[in-house]
Amino acid sequence: MSAPIKETTPARPEGAVAKVPVRAGDRRGEGVVLNVFSHGFLALWALLIVLPLLWLVLSAFKSDAQIGGSAFGWPEHWSLGVFSRAWGKGIGDYFLNTVIVLVFSVPLTMLFGSMAAYVLARYRFWGNRLLYYFFVAGAMFPVFLALVPLFFMVKRLDMLNTYQGLILVYVAYSMPFTVFFMHAFFRTLPTAVFEAAVLDGASHTRTFFQVMLPMAKPGLISVGIFNTLGQWNQFILPTVLMQPQSGSDPERYVLTQGLIQLQQQQGYASDLPVLFAGVTIAMIPMLVVYLSFQRQVQAGLTSATLK
Amino acid sequence: MRKGQYRFVAGFLFVPVALYVIFVIWPYIQTFGYSLTNWKGQSQTFDFVGLDNYRTLFQDDVFLEAIWHNILFLIFIPVITILLALFFAFMLNAGGRSRAGGVQGVAGSKFYKIVYFFPQVLSLAILAVLFNAVYRSDGGGLLNGFLIKIGLVDADSPVEWLNEPRMVLWALMLVVVWHGVGFYLVLFSAAMQSVPRDIYEAALIDGASRNQSFFRITLPLLWDTVQTAWVYLGIVAMDMFVLVSSMTQNMGAYGGGPDHHSDVMSTVMMRNFLYYGKSGYACAMGVVMLLLTLVLSVVTLRATRRERIEF
Repeated sequence: MSAPIKETTPARPEGAVAKVPVRAGDRRGEGVVLNVFSHGFLALWALLIVLPLLWLVLSAFKSDAQIGGSAFGWPEHWSLGVFSRAWGKGIGDYFLNTVIVLVFSVPLTMLFGSMAAYVLARYRFWGNRLLYYFFVAGAMFPVFLALVPLFFMVKRLDMLNTYQGLILVYVAYSMPFTVFFMHAFFRTLPTAVFEAAVLDGASHTRTFFQVMLPMAKPGLISVGIFNTLGQWNQFILPTVLMQPQSGSDPERYVLTQGLIQLQQQQGYASDLPVLFAGVTIAMIPMLVVYLSFQRQVQAGLTSATLK
Repeated sequence: MRKGQYRFVAGFLFVPVALYVIFVIWPYIQTFGYSLTNWKGQSQTFDFVGLDNYRTLFQDDVFLEAIWHNILFLIFIPVITILLALFFAFMLNAGGRSRAGGVQGVAGSKFYKIVYFFPQVLSLAILAVLFNAVYRSDGGGLLNGFLIKIGLVDADSPVEWLNEPRMVLWALMLVVVWHGVGFYLVLFSAAMQSVPRDIYEAALIDGASRNQSFFRITLPLLWDTVQTAWVYLGIVAMDMFVLVSSMTQNMGAYGGGPDHHSDVMSTVMMRNFLYYGKSGYACAMGVVMLLLTLVLSVVTLRATRRERIEF
């Protein structure tokens, strides 16, 4: 990464730039045409993103007959009842299940991922490199490669259709990326602070939790967002691992799984408004999180790719 | 001190490594072994059958067609997504009113980025429900409704986007593109903005036009990022499980319809595993998916290799 250069570029004063000679005539004209042109395309794509989403939210307020009749048209009456109906028809449970799983899986992912990354980044011991590649290599393989034995492994541990089973599996599958990213991050932290802590007599464990981890906060936030979104949106692992095992085993679907389930049910029950209301409910937390942490989300997700 | 350090290292590594080995590495390895057996579903016993599963696999028309669909996705998804993302990134960063200094964002570029990126935070399950509604095969679908309104489609015979063999793959592809463009746009924009201004200034002084500076400067400097994008979109194209399984007609289970015209490797594998209970056979499919993924990465990295430009 060329960080030092990047930091200095934006700092260049605007005045210095303006001194560069410009052939005013042709450039101006080209600029205006391009400007209209580009705004046209940009606005079009923005509409293509926003309109389907708004349309879906709007459809939640319509009646089933109205949805089937025509794509356009306003709801006859605006009632929020459909949302409580959706909540009662399972969305509430699915939502809760997802939250229960993530409340444990994300912090555990961050904790174990940082612990492994920290030790691998800052301590020299036999097999260090090997272990690091061992962790990172996991990111290269498609998850489908593991699915069949994974199912039977979780079954043998008697953890199919349990929260703890899914939590442990999420943590394990988030390890490669978390270790990879946090490893890079811990390497960049200054050694002086670490040495000072050791000189002051802090134990290794204490140094990690009270000195190094707080310093790694920006990295933890990026990876945390990445893992939260990834685990929240995960579909394949719960599809395999969270099926009721017997008639008496309760459903513990997560939100993504539940929505697809609801889609199949409501298709037959012809109650599409409930499905659309369910999707709206599922979108709201994402929208709120996204709009409030917009910069971090974009940075977190894209930096995951760039490294 | 030394001893304490080793104990600390081991202590910190124990849980992460244990979890990772039990749930990730060991299943990965087991897959290879199971792929050589005739293991069925819940049964405890199975026999070693050598490469039989692989032999069956390459005579399984459904799986071969699925590979072909993945290859089509592999070609079109990255090309369309990257071109659109580059186009919009160019519009956002260089389409603004000309001021010296080369890259100048259009007004509202921040707003556009926020809107474009949003689909990326939605789960594929949400997209599946959304696009099932958009692609409805009657006038109640957004796409059909719109096309009927502007007179391109006859109201009595709307297009069955997801039930038409020739349409279904494209319909699915469109969802992925819709989902991905914003993400890669933000990625490319960030890369474009990290190109030092001096380079553009120098080009401007030399009399380069806006297009010239894009194609001769920006694009070559962006190549690394494009390459990464390609690999990531390739991985998406190899997967496709969520969309296919929840948007297309069920061929028993996990979508793939009409008549296997949209089946991909992942859906065929899951169907064989959870619906037919052919665990050993599904493992063989998993191995084939791995091999194809590895081939894909190597080919992409080779084919797109350029001299690296440091700046």
